[in-house]
Amino acid sequence: MIRVVLPAHLRTLARIAGEVKLDVAGPVTQRSVLDALEASYPVLRGTIRDRDDGRRRAMVRFFACQEDLSHEPPDDPLPEAVTTGAEPYLIVGAMAGG
Amino acid sequence: MSSVRVLVGTRKGAFVLTSDGKRDDWAVSGPHFPGWEIYHVKASPADPDRVFASQSSGWFGQVIQRSDDGGRTWAPVGSEFSYDGPAGTHQWYDGTPHPWEFARVWHLEPSLGDPDTVYAGVEDAGLFRSADGGQHWQELPGLRGHQTGPSWQPGAGGMCLHTIILDGSAPGRMFTAISAAGAFRSDDAGETWRPVNQGLKSEGIPDPKAEVGHCVHRLAMHPARPDVLYMQKHWDVMRSDDAGDSWHEVSGNLPTDFGFPIDVHAHEPDTVYVVPITSDSHHFPPEGKLRVYRSRTGGDDWEPLTRGLPQQHCYVNVLRDAMAVDSLDSCGVYFGTTGGQVYGSADAGDTWAPIVRDLPAVLSVEVQTLP
Repeated sequence: MIRVVLPAHLRTLARIAGEVKLDVAGPVTQRSVLDALEASYPVLRGTIRDRDDGRRRAMVRFFACQEDLSHEPPDDPLPEAVTTGAEPYLIVGAMAGG
Repeated sequence: MSSVRVLVGTRKGAFVLTSDGKRDDWAVSGPHFPGWEIYHVKASPADPDRVFASQSSGWFGQVIQRSDDGGRTWAPVGSEFSYDGPAGTHQWYDGTPHPWEFARVWHLEPSLGDPDTVYAGVEDAGLFRSADGGQHWQELPGLRGHQTGPSWQPGAGGMCLHTIILDGSAPGRMFTAISAAGAFRSDDAGETWRPVNQGLKSEGIPDPKAEVGHCVHRLAMHPARPDVLYMQKHWDVMRSDDAGDSWHEVSGNLPTDFGFPIDVHAHEPDTVYVVPITSDSHHFPPEGKLRVYRSRTGGDDWEPLTRGLPQQHCYVNVLRDAMAVDSLDSCGVYFGTTGGQVYGSADAGDTWAPIVRDLPAVLSVEVQTLP
């Protein structure tokens, strides 16, 4: 079970309270987690990454286990603590603007 | 008794203001979609309970919301806006080619007769249509694909398609306006377009017959006289009597002819409203006095409307989509400011009162007159 924490605006948009818990088939990577998230909550398509090429939106960042994964290859395996559910995968809106 | 519903889009959410026909006691609901920019909220003329909202954020992109109960509850619909075919390029601020990139929906224009059909004007300038209540969007590529497209340039707010007018008297006729490309007309339901900017004069465009390049801020039309169009240009208030084929200036005695919104009285096609703004570098009213100007002669002769509006120390702006009229017997006029006030007049502008004073900056105001 993968735990995903979304920024408040996206929780509101997708009508999610608290963390999201996802079952991810196959290797647990940033891409497979986001694929599973968007499959469960289609309204999130396009809000985290580009619909067409899958690139992370410029003002969205990804973290896990105190590490910034935003620039890591999307098909790299996520840390084991994320795959076991011990630690959440964090999707964060960049702190900018008002 | 008739009632009025005012749909307000702001920098931080949408609000719905409702009143009976007296328009002196208002209920306020919202913020809907708090924290998101709501560029526009507009209801279907064919089904007043159906309301569309453009919700966007620099962080998370574009969402389209739809209500089927007059704005009480909402659900997201489709938000995929993909340009038809190769994106191509327009000109960037420095004159270099720049690829078309979707940024947001500025304006939603529901069909006059079909509650499932709605048009969207977007940045970078393009026109989209949904025929299934906003679930799926297809570009009408004839506009962006016009031969002048590669020469269009953005205005200061981006290269936005901000105005869509549907002419119910002429099947297939519609108008759009783009900053800073100009006004366009289609006579075949948006398949093909031609620029309608002859007569516009803009500093920085030496060619008086330039087809495009003008920073048109807003167009307005009275449905009973659809060949007459009014325009608030960057500078100049303009009028066309031939559906945009030619324009002449009607700024007349305005204290400044810079501004953003323009609208027409619901029952008097010659009664027009503008909100003069000091200049393109001073986006606030002249002398700190918030004045709506009304012409009852179709332009040129303007009178200031001040009763109930702040006449000192007022430095707000009124944006292009932030003025609307109702269609009650005594026409109501409404506008919102960047200071978060929404003012209403139940007597065609003679007197004004704030409906709300402290909203986030107002981006758009639309009005529904309900039976």
